[in-house]
Amino acid sequence: MQRRLDVQENEIARYERMVEIREVEEQIFELFAAGEVRGTTHLCQGQEALAVGLASILRPTDAVLATYRGHGIALALGLTPHVVLAEVMGKAIGCCGGVGGSMHMCDMSLGLLPTSTIVGAGIPIAAGTALAFQTQGVDSVGVSVFGDGTTNIGAFHEGLNLAAIWKLPVVFICDNNVYGEYSRIEVTTPIEDLHMRAESYKMPHFALDGMDVEAVRKGVTQAVDRARTGGGPTLIEAKTYRFAGHSRADQGLYRPEGELEEWRKRDPITVTEESLLARGLLTPEKIADIKAEMKRGIQEVIATCNAAAEPTVAAMFENIWTPPKESHA
Amino acid sequence: MSVLRFRQAISTALADEMRADSSVMIFGEDIAAAEGPFKTSEGLLKEFGPLRVRDTPISEMAFTGAAVGAAIMGMKPVVEIMFMEFLGVALDQLVTEAAKMRYLSNGTLSVPMVVRASCGAGVGFGSQHSQTLVNWVAATPGLKVVCPSDAQSAYSLIRAAIQDPDPVMVLEPRALYAERGEVDTGLKIEIGAARILRRGSEITVVSLGQMVNICRSAIEAFEIDAELIDLATIVPWDRKAVLESVKKTGRLVVVEEAPESGGWGSEILATVTAQLFHQLKGAPFRITTPDVPVPFNGALEARFIPTAEDIARQLAHAIKTGESPKSWWSLEGFK
Repeated sequence: MQRRLDVQENEIARYERMVEIREVEEQIFELFAAGEVRGTTHLCQGQEALAVGLASILRPTDAVLATYRGHGIALALGLTPHVVLAEVMGKAIGCCGGVGGSMHMCDMSLGLLPTSTIVGAGIPIAAGTALAFQTQGVDSVGVSVFGDGTTNIGAFHEGLNLAAIWKLPVVFICDNNVYGEYSRIEVTTPIEDLHMRAESYKMPHFALDGMDVEAVRKGVTQAVDRARTGGGPTLIEAKTYRFAGHSRADQGLYRPEGELEEWRKRDPITVTEESLLARGLLTPEKIADIKAEMKRGIQEVIATCNAAAEPTVAAMFENIWTPPKESHA
Repeated sequence: MSVLRFRQAISTALADEMRADSSVMIFGEDIAAAEGPFKTSEGLLKEFGPLRVRDTPISEMAFTGAAVGAAIMGMKPVVEIMFMEFLGVALDQLVTEAAKMRYLSNGTLSVPMVVRASCGAGVGFGSQHSQTLVNWVAATPGLKVVCPSDAQSAYSLIRAAIQDPDPVMVLEPRALYAERGEVDTGLKIEIGAARILRRGSEITVVSLGQMVNICRSAIEAFEIDAELIDLATIVPWDRKAVLESVKKTGRLVVVEEAPESGGWGSEILATVTAQLFHQLKGAPFRITTPDVPVPFNGALEARFIPTAEDIARQLAHAIKTGESPKSWWSLEGFK
């Protein structure tokens, strides 16, 4: 919970969290590349500002639905690198006990519902969390974060429509990182500004600069405030860029030459560094220290996770149904 | 004890649960103002208001998913899928989301939601509105599946499903909605408990949904000494009740309203055969529908669903010879 408070209260902490997410993702890439972790993974380098900006505005009682590209949001919301990396490595101390893997992050105490691998699935579920809040008369909000490709699946349209007619306290955030899996957005989608799709649902909508954590905070605040005060749902389009490929096997070779380099100039970590340096809140030396310390710290976490216990066979049979003693019946 | 139609037993169960627990809410297509296309939510909007009783757009994926989210956040939503086939467009939310959420949360959440769907043949709705599709939902760990066969079990199973902490699918045989039956609102039927409706010693008949009454007619009209078990819950099914019965009778038939291939009855046969092989007096067998879509024509649809006469023929054959009887369609030269 302290990790959550940090990003809420302190912009240096927000910067450090973005650096942490970047370092965790880079190290996960290395672990997979070295064949030390099985399965697949979906990394979010370039999208740290959205994760951290969002987490800094939400309360732990809000409900967040995110996707298989979810390490950044999990860390931003306050999960520790230990439980995230341990889950990626399938260890018992992972946030899902090691039975979930890279694509499944969860911590109910921080408002992160299990992340889903199904494109669009979180949208109706987030609407449902908001339905609960509305019916219960509490001022929590539901949030669904999803990629640009999701705007072409039925769940997006059904979910937005339902949220609009019931005026649900929910915020839909499209993380437009330009690519849906291996395909560039314009190949799959006839419009450039995806937030415009909310027009058909008479829902407020806008785009924001997803590479700038402060811009994210400003936009998310507006939408979350609307939801909390009975104003209904909002669709936000955060313009970001996926520095990594879609998944483990993808090197992103289909990208036009120079595109990645162009976006890297607006790397969310660089953008924040420039702002903090300009205002004298950080020095180049301090930045170098933060990064070196983060590298060292994550290496320690990886060593701990490497040594951590595997789940027992019993874990395979647990948590499928609720044990009778927990039943409300 | 009162006499209710099957559909009234459902709306009574919903109302009783909503009175007992303010977190119970229901939503679906035309269930509020119109009180349900099959009148299974009569009086609910009036009594509980539009916050807890909601009409939805024709968006099964959205409202089934909304039930998942609402359930995780402390509500007990009951959603209605008008025809079981419509679950096809929402299956992800039930099978891949609802049923996996507890597992993927390391046991830190539960999803106490109920999905009700009308299903089955017999009322002339044709091939896309008459399937039972039990096997769509029966092979998903994390999901419970029940199917009432009369007004009493409709009432008791709906209440048990709402009280259950996990996602429960309730398959409601559409042909039974207007049927009357006695209902004791104090009677509980646990999920996972079969109902032994008739004692007998020559053969165990396991059935489900609208086939239960048809089996009873066959047994009574043809005076067969059969033990009739209404399985009531398909997941998790009552192995103990079925095995105990077959130990006594030595014979088993499962009567299903589902195509022969891939039916839930194969699961029952497999378990009984594996566990009681040496105690069997004859080969366990299944009575099913043929592997065809449900035909619209009334005479054809009446043949599609196993009839009491044909069930009686097959039971008598099995008891007399110990051999599996042939299906009517193979006797008539169809595949």
